[in-house]
Amino acid sequence: MIMDPADDSATSDRPLPDRGVDPVIRVENLTSSYGDTVVHQGLNLEVHKGEILGLVGGSGAGKSVLLNTLIGLRAPQAGRVEVLGVDVDHATGAERETLERRWGVLFQSGALFSSLTVRENVAAPMHEHTSLSSKTIDQLADTKLAMVGLEPRAGNLHPAELSGGMRKRAGLARAIALDPELLFLDEPTAGLDPISAEAFDTLIRNLSDVLGLTVFMITHDLDSLYALCDRVAVIADKRIVAVGPIPELERSDHPWIKDYFLGPRGRAAAETADRVEADSEERS
Amino acid sequence: MSQPAAFEVRRSPSGAVVALSGDWTAQNLGRTGDRLRRDAPKGAALDVSALGRFDTAGAFVLLRAGVAADGGEARPDIGRLAALVGRPVETDERGAGKPRSAYAMLVRSGQNIENIGSDIYQTMAFIGRLISTIARLAANPARLRVAPTVALMERAGLDALPIIAATNFFIGATVGFLGANLLAQFGASVFTVELIGVASLREFGVLITAVLLAGRSASSFAAELGAMKMNQEVDAMQVMGVDPFEALVLPRFIALLTMMPLLTFVAMVASIAGGMLVSWWVLDLSPSFFLQRMLANVGPEHFWLGIVKAPFLAIVIAAIGCRQGLEVGGDVEQLGRRVTIAVVQSIFSIIVIDAVFALIFMELNL
Repeated sequence: MIMDPADDSATSDRPLPDRGVDPVIRVENLTSSYGDTVVHQGLNLEVHKGEILGLVGGSGAGKSVLLNTLIGLRAPQAGRVEVLGVDVDHATGAERETLERRWGVLFQSGALFSSLTVRENVAAPMHEHTSLSSKTIDQLADTKLAMVGLEPRAGNLHPAELSGGMRKRAGLARAIALDPELLFLDEPTAGLDPISAEAFDTLIRNLSDVLGLTVFMITHDLDSLYALCDRVAVIADKRIVAVGPIPELERSDHPWIKDYFLGPRGRAAAETADRVEADSEERS
Repeated sequence: MSQPAAFEVRRSPSGAVVALSGDWTAQNLGRTGDRLRRDAPKGAALDVSALGRFDTAGAFVLLRAGVAADGGEARPDIGRLAALVGRPVETDERGAGKPRSAYAMLVRSGQNIENIGSDIYQTMAFIGRLISTIARLAANPARLRVAPTVALMERAGLDALPIIAATNFFIGATVGFLGANLLAQFGASVFTVELIGVASLREFGVLITAVLLAGRSASSFAAELGAMKMNQEVDAMQVMGVDPFEALVLPRFIALLTMMPLLTFVAMVASIAGGMLVSWWVLDLSPSFFLQRMLANVGPEHFWLGIVKAPFLAIVIAAIGCRQGLEVGGDVEQLGRRVTIAVVQSIFSIIVIDAVFALIFMELNL
């Protein structure tokens, strides 16, 4: 993320979602369908600058379809999708290119280029979009790898030689290679052990705090939701049925949301989050 | 809107000061970072009054140059980004490149020889497994997976029919033109019929079909099985107690084995039709005369000598395609390499086998 001296929200300790300015992502009346199957109908969503928004929903509710529509891999059947002030579906080539430089995407399984080493993977967007010297790019790539908690040695490995967690970290390093303003994460902690998942959460929180990133993440990890997300959007019945901080959602009447947050797993995650908060208060 | 990054070193009594200007972001830095490393004195203070935007790439080059990465009150973001970036990492090149020397060449040729050896061994192992699977199937024919076999027959056989017929039609026509031209010099242009008949039946029908199937089916078998291997589908089968050989290799094997002779037959017919059309057009030999002469002078033994090769070529194509597919492991590059090897190896084997048959037939005076 690029820090603007005029923008004081980026320099405050934890930037509050800035509702005054244009949202980073605005989806209006989105309709998507595959043949006869309607995935989204009249879906609306806004993501504000500097916030971490979690998207939850049952399997097959259309979370990934929404993500693909946001990043322009799928054209919407109807409606308008605006990311960073650009209409994704009707952007010109130059607009799109600028847009792609301003966002980073972490795909579910990392989607690393399998013929390149990890370092080359992270360096790829920098080679593509900047005029930095290749030595600087290599060093910067290793720095990014260190930021996501990978050893420099891992930079020489090919993706096939990495474990699942390392692949996710490498994918994240590539996603933040150009310091994007907006980060899309597709199930970042799925398939990670709890310790790695927590470290990943902390990492994303840190990055978002310091870089002032806006993060849009799909997740099923309730612990991540409680620990990380400023707001959570719930996708069900082909639209976003609720958006808000988790305490607000816990009071919702929607049956799916009730089951989700007030089921045994939801309650356990909430208790953990409470305990962590209490601990940190005690310490301070 | 964005300005290239620039800096200026000022020396003052209290120490050196580096004044930054422009946007110090990955996209606007260019080579400025390298110049900063060269020109800026270590431990110099920062002047950020003209600094535009700033990101981790900017923080990184400041840290690498050993300049105090501290924006003070005016730019607290610099210090925070520097803390996030941490210590600049020197690239660890160990094991990155391959050693280049005479020694490395020796190592490589040694590895290649070993690879060839293990390749031969693996081929033998594959053939052995294939034979034992076939033997088990012969003992218990109910084990044959009929549905996938028939589906593969359609895909590898029936769907290839148009391209095989068309290619062979043109091969027959080409032989016809060639014969008409060459044999006319000896006043023997009527022998074009024999030329077309023998060439189509003995060689081209089966050879062109085999080459087309090698391009069409060996590659698709290798790609399919390779993708399944990469996706761990083959492993999943194994742990379910399903023999991948029985479920994947055998249906492809049987499909090609049954379809190849049928396709060869069509190829021969198409090739002769092409030749017949050319002789009618160029030499004015009517189709009825052409066919009569063919029956009288060429005879069915050439047909049998051609078609007898078909099953052998089918076995080779299916076996090479499946084997290369099952050898895939890991990355996409390997998949591409294995598919290439499958096609190249099967075409090479087809030609060699055809030559061996020609030798045998010659010795047998056929």
